[in-house]
Amino acid sequence: MENYYKPEDLGKFAEIGEEAPELAQKFFDYYGAVFADGELTAREKALIALGVAHAVQCPYCIDAYTQSCLEKGSNLGEMTEAVHVANAIRGGASLVHGVQMRNIAQKLSM
Amino acid sequence: MKENISKFKAFSQVLEEQEITLVRDHAHILQINTGLLCDLACKHCHLDAGPHRLEVMDRQTMDDVIAFAKRGHFSMVDITGGAPELVPDLDYLLRGLRPLTDKLMLRSNLTALSDADRESLLELMIELKVALVASFPSTSQSQTDAQRGAGVMDRSIAMLKRLNGLGYGQPESGLELNLVANPAGAFLPADQMAMEQKFKRDAERKWGIVFNGLFTFANVPLGRFRVWLEKSGNLDGYLLKLANAFNPCTLDGLMCKSLISVAWDGTVYDCDFNLAASIPIGGQHKHVSELLEPPGPGELIATGDHCYACTAGSGFT
Repeated sequence: MENYYKPEDLGKFAEIGEEAPELAQKFFDYYGAVFADGELTAREKALIALGVAHAVQCPYCIDAYTQSCLEKGSNLGEMTEAVHVANAIRGGASLVHGVQMRNIAQKLSM
Repeated sequence: MKENISKFKAFSQVLEEQEITLVRDHAHILQINTGLLCDLACKHCHLDAGPHRLEVMDRQTMDDVIAFAKRGHFSMVDITGGAPELVPDLDYLLRGLRPLTDKLMLRSNLTALSDADRESLLELMIELKVALVASFPSTSQSQTDAQRGAGVMDRSIAMLKRLNGLGYGQPESGLELNLVANPAGAFLPADQMAMEQKFKRDAERKWGIVFNGLFTFANVPLGRFRVWLEKSGNLDGYLLKLANAFNPCTLDGLMCKSLISVAWDGTVYDCDFNLAASIPIGGQHKHVSELLEPPGPGELIATGDHCYACTAGSGFT
């Protein structure tokens, strides 16, 4: 296997249902419901998904939700800000653990 | 579209399999393409219009078109290009058409209209209550300029503010201002209603601009846009995307069912995209002066694989 990730594999996502169709059906039904217009619009949800895709660093999700954001009418500025939100949360999550470091260091230190 | 035949069915085959015949209803819209001359060379242009093109409608053809409009009793006349603003006798055409139709519409790229030489045209448009349909692909400067050229966004915003100041897009002014957003790339357009709300909110918040409505149209894989698709490696993927998004529910509302299109040289087409694809009405060259009346209900509409762009998703109406 030359690459673990291939763009064309995204189109094979539904094949995951071949060995466990009922579970897959439940998941995909739920997935579809999550991304439908609700209190948040489908466009806003796609922007959140794009941010999350970067946080979990899923190349399939980044591919899918970049296209989805564009086709739901988000512009590049909005999409870039969504990625920054993911980045801020990831970075902040690391940095806020500095409090743990400081707590432990203070306990051990004179 | 030979290179993609193995990947999706020809548009004509899809119609045949679904036992659909695309025929005209009542042709109540006259579309006039005044020529390929344009001050911009947008990457999504299906006509390859630009500053290098010299094709513009002459006075004789304008007379033929006006005479046809008189015979045709069209409820709407839609003038497009290129940039119609650059056509020398556009004022003559507008004046000739105004009494012949309920709604006279001019498509503008905004930059051609902003030239100092266009002041008298603006005055005429206001006098004749010409509805304006202006290109405005995105509320993002980088995406707009990437599609239409460096600096176009700033000039477009300035022109829209000017138009608002003249009454265009303002409530109860009778001066209609609609925007058109074509995707800035090889992807499908967003839902029109949702985008109209978003564009109105963004335009007012960012620039204090108001307008009446927004149309979202898919880019048609012809002309300069097709060349860009090929060069960028997006052609196959985009064509497949359009074909996969084929929605038979769009067929009843297709604009070609209620429209007839006349080119700058007087040749008659089913629509502006068939003009770009050089597929004249009925498959043979016919001059507008030869038509005694608009084609009647039931007449066949010529199709090609580019028709997928008008039938994808919510369609192109």
